[in-house]
Amino acid sequence: MLALIYILIAVLIASTFWQLTNVFNLKKNIATEEDNDQQGKLMFAFMIFFYGLMIFSFWKYWSVLLPESASLEGEKIDNLYNISMLLILLVQAIMQYLLFYFAYKYRGIKGRKALFYADSHKLETIWTVTPAAVLAVLIIYGLSVWIDITDTSDLEDPLVIELYAKQFNWEARYAGKDNTLGKANVRFIKGINTIGLDMTDLNSVDDIPVRNELHLPKGRPVLFKFRSQDVLHSAYMPHFRAQMNCVPGMVTQFAFTPSMTTEEMRRNEKIVAKVENINRIRAEKGEDAYEFDYLLLCNKICGASHYNMQMKIVVHEETDFNNWLSEQQTMTQLIK
Amino acid sequence: MSDHHHKETFITKYIFSQDHKMISKQYLITGIFMGVIGVFMSMLFRLQIAWPEHSFSLIEAFLGRHQDGGVMTPDIYLALVTIHGTIMVFFVLTAGLSGTFSNLLIPLQIGARDMASGFLNMVSYWLFFLSSIIMVISLFVEAGPASSGWTIYPPLSALPQAIPGSGAGMTLWLVSMAIFVASSLLGALNYIVTVLNLRTVGMKMTRLPLTIWAFFVTAIIGVVSFPVLLSAALLLIFDRSFGTSFYLSDIFIDGSVLHYQGGSPVLFEHLFWFLGHPEVYIVLLPALGITSEVIATNSRKPIFGYRAMIGSIIAIAFLSTIVWGHHMFITGMNPFLGSVFTFTTLLIAIPSAVKAFNYITTLWKGNLQMNPAMLFSIGLVSTFVSGGLTGLILGDSALDINVHDTYFVVAHFHLVMGVSAIYGMYAGVYHWFPKMFGRMMNKTLGYWHFWITAIAAYGVFFPMHFVGLAGLPRRYYMNTAFPYFDDLSDINVVITLFALLGGISQLIFLGNFFWSIYKGTKATKNPWKSNTLEWTTPVEHIHGNWPGEIPEVHRWPYDYSKPGRDEDWVSQAVPLEDGEESS
Repeated sequence: MLALIYILIAVLIASTFWQLTNVFNLKKNIATEEDNDQQGKLMFAFMIFFYGLMIFSFWKYWSVLLPESASLEGEKIDNLYNISMLLILLVQAIMQYLLFYFAYKYRGIKGRKALFYADSHKLETIWTVTPAAVLAVLIIYGLSVWIDITDTSDLEDPLVIELYAKQFNWEARYAGKDNTLGKANVRFIKGINTIGLDMTDLNSVDDIPVRNELHLPKGRPVLFKFRSQDVLHSAYMPHFRAQMNCVPGMVTQFAFTPSMTTEEMRRNEKIVAKVENINRIRAEKGEDAYEFDYLLLCNKICGASHYNMQMKIVVHEETDFNNWLSEQQTMTQLIK
Repeated sequence: MSDHHHKETFITKYIFSQDHKMISKQYLITGIFMGVIGVFMSMLFRLQIAWPEHSFSLIEAFLGRHQDGGVMTPDIYLALVTIHGTIMVFFVLTAGLSGTFSNLLIPLQIGARDMASGFLNMVSYWLFFLSSIIMVISLFVEAGPASSGWTIYPPLSALPQAIPGSGAGMTLWLVSMAIFVASSLLGALNYIVTVLNLRTVGMKMTRLPLTIWAFFVTAIIGVVSFPVLLSAALLLIFDRSFGTSFYLSDIFIDGSVLHYQGGSPVLFEHLFWFLGHPEVYIVLLPALGITSEVIATNSRKPIFGYRAMIGSIIAIAFLSTIVWGHHMFITGMNPFLGSVFTFTTLLIAIPSAVKAFNYITTLWKGNLQMNPAMLFSIGLVSTFVSGGLTGLILGDSALDINVHDTYFVVAHFHLVMGVSAIYGMYAGVYHWFPKMFGRMMNKTLGYWHFWITAIAAYGVFFPMHFVGLAGLPRRYYMNTAFPYFDDLSDINVVITLFALLGGISQLIFLGNFFWSIYKGTKATKNPWKSNTLEWTTPVEHIHGNWPGEIPEVHRWPYDYSKPGRDEDWVSQAVPLEDGEESS
């Protein structure tokens, strides 16, 4: 019933414009010189609005952006990102200026004839070759970073961790003393063995399953292996500039080296400001104060609670990490 | 042409019409109807994103059992974003845009009496209509419509246990899309054959208006890529209904292991994006074609670099079929393959840049006639540049890692293909309304429509980049589960307010559109003083388009403000004068 009322309101508004059309429609409905003048000036005004919106957004929303990368690999990504972004903003500023300024400057005047200018090999060559040259640099630089990050064969003594995704939470598995993950398949899921570890595989014996929190050592490369139990998920760790899909039926991988402990990141200027801002907002709503932690989020639509599929990440100094890990029970111990 | 004279009944004229002009109107009206649904859905889920857990009577009124006290459920939220995407991409911007203007303009601008096969053309529309009806019906099934995202990645889309929308809702979605593919293939084949075979005397390929080039190349991409979506959908139907394992393997859900073994969801992603990426250009190229025509006509200047424009359309089309992997950098695909796709993807920036520069140069030293169609075309160039540039980030595999599937992507593709293509569609409607309905649309309301839409579009999508760069994933029902994102609530409110403004302001267009069909000022034969052939036909539609002989073509379509001529336009049908050089 209510829906009907809303539809009626919409129809009413549209028919208001219908009526307005009646009133306005005395003219011929082809742009006159006055229209050209007015709309051309509005183009100029819109350009100011456009630049204003850009500047305002950067000024107002700068604080919400991610802080500096908490992984060594992420720093390389950030460099590439900064260069690309500067280039984009420069080109954006110039192109939009030319577009709106020309729209304003050459607004039609009666009797003026436009310049018959259909072609120029010189200009066309310039704007084919210039983007091509710039892109060549971007492609080469981008690919070198990409290969650097995705090539895991040259990692020195990486810590191997499996991230296991399911609707709607994460589990982790550390490879244990042998630093080799045992075989696993959903067909072995039973009782406390919720990640389907094949206990007949000798490599599985010392594997350490962990829930709720993912702990990482600072300064040691971590090689993640990803699995999913049901649908596609994506392990997204924005502070480390890391992301990889978790695909049922296959193991995917990604590696990075954490470069800042949780404590260090909490003292990071940008994070301090951001957390202050968040806590001001939370206080207004009467919610508890928040303390920064690294996050693992799901970033591939996976069902009703997709929006709340998370795991806290804690980065320690390596000795603290080793202490923490030695306190965890292996799957063998857990099953007994 | 004797068959012009047989008697037309209401049914053969308005319903099962084989006349391309009527079919074009049918496409447009159906597209607008679907567009209203698609845009309305986006307004509903924007309410949820800005004010989660807040009760809205609008939500209570329209979402029925999928809401509780005016708050939508997570499942219907996902369904709304899914159907919004599906409707806008396929039903509005593919069928509504390409279907409308390819049908209207191909015969009229190349000088043909009708499409090569009027019958197939009619079947194409009615299949589209049927698929629209099925999609709308799917909104009302018990467990809710398809809700695994418009990309319907399995296993989520294959398992009703994983999400309720993957039950009957998903079945209807697949049936609807299969019919849609059939419709668009019939349409596309018709366009290709018509352009190749039915051009009038003198209409060489190098004298075709850029609109026709764009529609022609779009149709080719469609024929190449749409069948792959059909196969992908069929295999998914097999997995869902007959227990095959094309996409599924090793799944444990609801406490038991499913029998599937050996399939791969990545295969589906390849098949889907083999269509999905060209689809972006199926949506965008017609809009760019329309813009080329509208900008040239209203600048009273030849389009700058006509041959370069054709070259870049072809280059974009070719590249568009070999870049699909850039949607899949982080799916577990081999990183080397990722490198190849980064390379091909970034190459697309070159023809795109050429197009943008050429549009801007066309404006330079023009005599711009600021008709509503022209405003939308200028708007298109602006959003095409804004949205296209961020593609340099997303197409670069190393950078994509951190922004993939965040709101940065949402902002990017909405600007570059969503808003741009919608602007192109509006430009087309304002420009060719006189040709379609014999009347003019009101220009004052056209101006209001453009400016409010332009402000709202940037107001929505510019701040949205920041939400993405803050690390917020898309398709989150709400972000309050992460206190880390609490400072995004302000931006989300701003975005939603602009989205509501943008959505409601489209009523200006709807009011103007329907009013003008019946009561608009009568159009003259060639209101914009345009060179192309469609403006040589009479205002009143007749079967066969031209009452007498089809005019011959003697020149390219862009002889605007040609030196030595008094008028600032020369129809393509006017012979060259002695000593006049052809361009």
